[in-house]
Amino acid sequence: MSEITELGVKAIRDGVAGGEFTAREVAEAFNANVAAAAEALNAFIVATPDKAMEAAEKVDADRAAGKPLGKMAGVPIGMKDLFATQGVQTTAASHILEGFVPEYESTVSQKLWDAGAGMLGKLNLDQFAMGSSNETSYFGNVASPWRRSGGDNAVLAPGGSSGGSSAAVAARLCPAATGTDTGGSIRQPAAFTGITGIKPTYGRCSRWGVVAFASSLDQAGPMARSVEDCAIMLEAMAGFDPKDSTSLDLPVPEWSASLDADLKGKKVGIPREYRMEGTDEEILQSWDQGIAWLKDAGADVVDITLPHTKYALPAYYIIAPAEASSNLARYDGVRYGLRELPEGANLQEMYAATRAAGFGDEVKRRILIGTYVLSAGFYDAYYTQAQKVRALIARDFEKAWAECDVILAPTTPTAAFALGDKVDDPLAMYLNDVFSVPASLAGLPAMSVPAGLNSDGLPLGLQVIGKAFDEQGVLNAGLAIEQRAGFTAKPEKWW
Amino acid sequence: MSSYRIQGATGEWEVVIGLEVHAQVTSNAKLFSGASTAFGAEPNSQVSLVDAAMPGMLPVPNRECIRQAVRTGMAIEAQINKWSRFDRKNYFYADLPQGYQISQLYHPLVGEGRLLIEADEKAGIPEDKVIGIERIHVEQDAGKLMHDQHPSMSYVDLNRSGVALMEIVSRPDMRSPAEAGAYVRKLRAILRYVGSCDGNMEEGSMRADVNVSVRRPGEELGTRTETKNVNSVRFVMQAIEHEARRQVELIEDGGTVVQETRLFDPGTGTTRSMRSKEDAHDYRYFPDPDLLPLELDDAFLDECRESLPELPDAKRTRYIEELGLSAYNAQVLTAEVETARWFEALLLETATAQGKTPADVAKQASNWLISEFFGALNKIGKELADSPVGHARAAELLALVGKGTISGSIAKQVLETMLETGDSATAIVEREGLKQESDSGAIEAAVDKVLADNADKVEQYKGGKEALFGFFVGQTMKAMQGKANPQVVNEVLRAKLA
Repeated sequence: MSEITELGVKAIRDGVAGGEFTAREVAEAFNANVAAAAEALNAFIVATPDKAMEAAEKVDADRAAGKPLGKMAGVPIGMKDLFATQGVQTTAASHILEGFVPEYESTVSQKLWDAGAGMLGKLNLDQFAMGSSNETSYFGNVASPWRRSGGDNAVLAPGGSSGGSSAAVAARLCPAATGTDTGGSIRQPAAFTGITGIKPTYGRCSRWGVVAFASSLDQAGPMARSVEDCAIMLEAMAGFDPKDSTSLDLPVPEWSASLDADLKGKKVGIPREYRMEGTDEEILQSWDQGIAWLKDAGADVVDITLPHTKYALPAYYIIAPAEASSNLARYDGVRYGLRELPEGANLQEMYAATRAAGFGDEVKRRILIGTYVLSAGFYDAYYTQAQKVRALIARDFEKAWAECDVILAPTTPTAAFALGDKVDDPLAMYLNDVFSVPASLAGLPAMSVPAGLNSDGLPLGLQVIGKAFDEQGVLNAGLAIEQRAGFTAKPEKWW
Repeated sequence: MSSYRIQGATGEWEVVIGLEVHAQVTSNAKLFSGASTAFGAEPNSQVSLVDAAMPGMLPVPNRECIRQAVRTGMAIEAQINKWSRFDRKNYFYADLPQGYQISQLYHPLVGEGRLLIEADEKAGIPEDKVIGIERIHVEQDAGKLMHDQHPSMSYVDLNRSGVALMEIVSRPDMRSPAEAGAYVRKLRAILRYVGSCDGNMEEGSMRADVNVSVRRPGEELGTRTETKNVNSVRFVMQAIEHEARRQVELIEDGGTVVQETRLFDPGTGTTRSMRSKEDAHDYRYFPDPDLLPLELDDAFLDECRESLPELPDAKRTRYIEELGLSAYNAQVLTAEVETARWFEALLLETATAQGKTPADVAKQASNWLISEFFGALNKIGKELADSPVGHARAAELLALVGKGTISGSIAKQVLETMLETGDSATAIVEREGLKQESDSGAIEAAVDKVLADNADKVEQYKGGKEALFGFFVGQTMKAMQGKANPQVVNEVLRAKLA
C-alpha cells in the first residue's frame, strides 16, 4: 500500500472514517517507511511501531463499535523528541537525557493521542532544539531526503531544530509531525524540505512536558504537507492548560472549517527591511512571486516598515541563551539522566564532569553566552537592552497592523545548505533565523508554505506572519499561496 | 534614655542590626506545585514532578500562598504591590533541583511596612519603637541534604523543595539584641495572629538572617556581616552579641570588618565565617520566563483585608481602653494569639455566667488568668493550649468567686483540684464543703471568740496599732477554715472594734 503514505492528515482521517482503509493498514504502511529509512535519514531517535499499531487498533475498534472518532483518528504521526512521552525515552537529542524515560506525557502529545493520533516514534532534532541544521544532535545528524539536481550528492541539512520532523514528513515517513519553534525551528526546516509548518501565537499550545529551551519563545506547532492538515492538527494540539501559566485562556477556533483563500479586502504587508543584503536572488524572486499570488487572491499589497528588524537577531541570541542557561541548570546529574562521578569527586566536580560529558558544543556555547549576558555588570548592557529591543520589535508589528492584516516574507535567506557547510561558523548558522526570529520575539503566529523549487531543484518557502491570535488569517493567506504554487514536488527516493 | 552600648577598650560602640526573617507560609500546598507541605513526612514523599524539576515541568503560582503573603503585608501596614513579578536566582546546589530558586528581587509583592516593638524596661527597651520593614517577597524553599545516611555520599530530601517562604526584610533600625529579640517575637506574634505562618522556629518554619555592624555613636554605618539561618529568638540575640563584640575587638585591634556570610554555632553561641563577599555567588537574577507578572485586583485585596483578624496592637489598645485592663495585663494577654483567644472566650463566658458585661468582669478574669491560672498551669508543666481546664470550666469557677460562693483563697484550692481531677468547680465545692460562710451570725460568733482570746491585741489596736486589723481577719478566717466571706468578716470586725 505505498499509496497510503502519499496521503495527508485529512485524507487518512477521512479514509479511515469512511472505511476506505483501516487505521491498522495506515500504521503498517508508515511503520514500514520509517523502518526502511532508519539508517539513511536518521530522522527518528526511537521508532515506536507498537505504539502506532496500538493506537490504530483502538481507532479501528472504536469505528467498528460506532463510537465517535477524534480529529486525528487513525493518523500516525512523528513526535519531536522534545515532548515528554510516558514510558518512551525522551532525550532532546542529548546525551545528558539519554535513557531518560518520563513517567508523564506532555499536554500537547496527550491531546494528540486523545484525538486519535498514534505515535510512529520520537523524532531527531538539534540538541535541546539549539541549531538550524540538525547537526547538533547527540544521535547523529538527520539527512534531508532532498538532493540538489544535477547529480550533486551532497547530503543536505533538513533544517533545524525540527529537522527530524521536516525530513520525515517530506520523505513520507509520516503524514505529519510535531515541531517546536523558538526562533524558527518549525518554519526553517519546513522551508528547507518543501513542507508546511505553523508556529501559532505564543501560548496557544501548552509547554507543559516540553523540554524547555527558551521559555518565553518556545511554542509547539504542526508540520505537515498542506495548510489544511496543519490547521486540523493545530486544532488538536492547542488549548488552555492550567499547568502552564503562560498558556492562553482562549477557546480553540475551528480553523480548518473556516479556511478561505479568498483574500478580497485583506491587506498584505511587505516589510522593506526584509530585503536584506546576502539574501539569495532566487529567494527574492519567490517572494515577488508570492506577492503576485496574493494579489491574485484578491489582496491589496502594501509596503510596510519594521524598522527594528536588524536588531532582532542579536536580541534573540541574548534572550534565548539567557533563558536556556537557566533552564538547563536542572541537568546536573543529581536526580535523573546522565551522572558522571569520577573517583573521589565532590559535588562541584560531579556537576562539571556530568555537564561536560552530557552537553554538546552548541549547547555549551549557548549556556556560556547566556550565563555571560546575565552576569553582574553585564546584565543591563545585554539582557535589559535585548528586552528593550524585543519590546520595540513587538511595537513595530503593532504599528504595521494598522496598515495590513498579514505580512509576507521569505522564511529563510537561502535554500537548504549541505551538512558541514556552516557547522564551524555559528554566526553564519544563526543568520539562517534572520527572517523567522522577529515573529518569535513578538510571539506572533507565523507559517512557512512551499513556494517552489530553485534552480538546484530545492524547495523554497514563503512565510506568512499574522496578528496575535489570528492563526486563521495566517492559514488563509497560506492557503492562497498553496493553491497558486501548486507545489507537488517531492524528493526522489534514494534511501 | 539608656542605650545599649558595647564598652570597647577605646570607648563606646553602637550596634546596628537588620533582620531578614524567612517565614514558611501556612498552606497545604507548595508555592508552585500541588505537593503537600506537612512537616515530618518520610523523605521525598511530598515531591511533585515540578519540585523535582523534571524536564518540561512548569511552575503555577498557588493563590493561597500569595493571599497569605498579602495579608501579612497588610498586617504590618505595608504597601501591597498590585503588580509584582517572580525572578530566578540561579545557583547550583544539590538541594536546589531547578538550579535556580524562584524569588522576587526586582518587584516584590509587599513594599514598605512597619512594626511596633513595645517598651520593656527590664529587657532594656526604654520606650516603644517603630522598626521599618523594607519589603516582603515570596520565594521557594530548597530541599535538605542528609549527610548521615551513607558513609561517603550525601542524600537529598526534597520534601521542603518548593515550599512557600515569605522573606521579611527589616530596615537596619534595631540597636540592641533586646530590640532584635522583641522584633522577632512581635513579628512571630503577628504572623500567628494572621495565620500566615505557624512561627515554629524549632521545626524551621521561621528563621532569621542577622545583619550586624558596629560604629561609634553618631558616625557612618560600619561594614556589616550576615549570619545565616539563626533559628530561635535566644540565638538571634546571642549571635548579635557575639558578632558585635567580635567586630569591636577586631576594629580596636587595628583590623577591618569584611563583608561576609557567617554561620551561628548554637553550641558555643559564636559565629564563624562561611564565605566572603569575593566568593559570593553571582546569582544572575532575571525575570522567570515561565511565569506571568502577578497582578492583583481590588476584589482580591478587599477579600484579604476583610479576612484579617484584630491584630495585637489594636487588641492591646482595646483591652486598655474598653476593658479597663492595666497596660501590663493587656500586653501579656495580647502577646500571643492563643492567649488572647483564651482570654476572650473566658471573658465572654464569665460575663454570661455572672449576668454582667465583659468590661465588668475583665479585671477579675484577667487578673485571675495571669496571676492564678498561668501559675497553676506552670506548676503542672502545661501550656494554655493543653490545659485540662477549659475556659467554660474556668468561668464557672470565677462565677463562684464573683457570687461570693467561695473566697479567692478557696478558689485557688479548687483550681488545683480541678486541674488534678478534671471535675467542675461546683462539684468540688459541693463535695468538699468549701462553700463560703456569709451568715453573719456564725461569723459574729467566731469574731467574738477571736477578740476574747486576744484581749491584749484588742487593747493595742484600740491604742492605735491599727495594723493589727489584718491579724484579726486572719484569725477569724482560720477559725472558719477559710470559708468565711471576707467582706462580712471585715464588716463585723470593724463594728466590734469600733
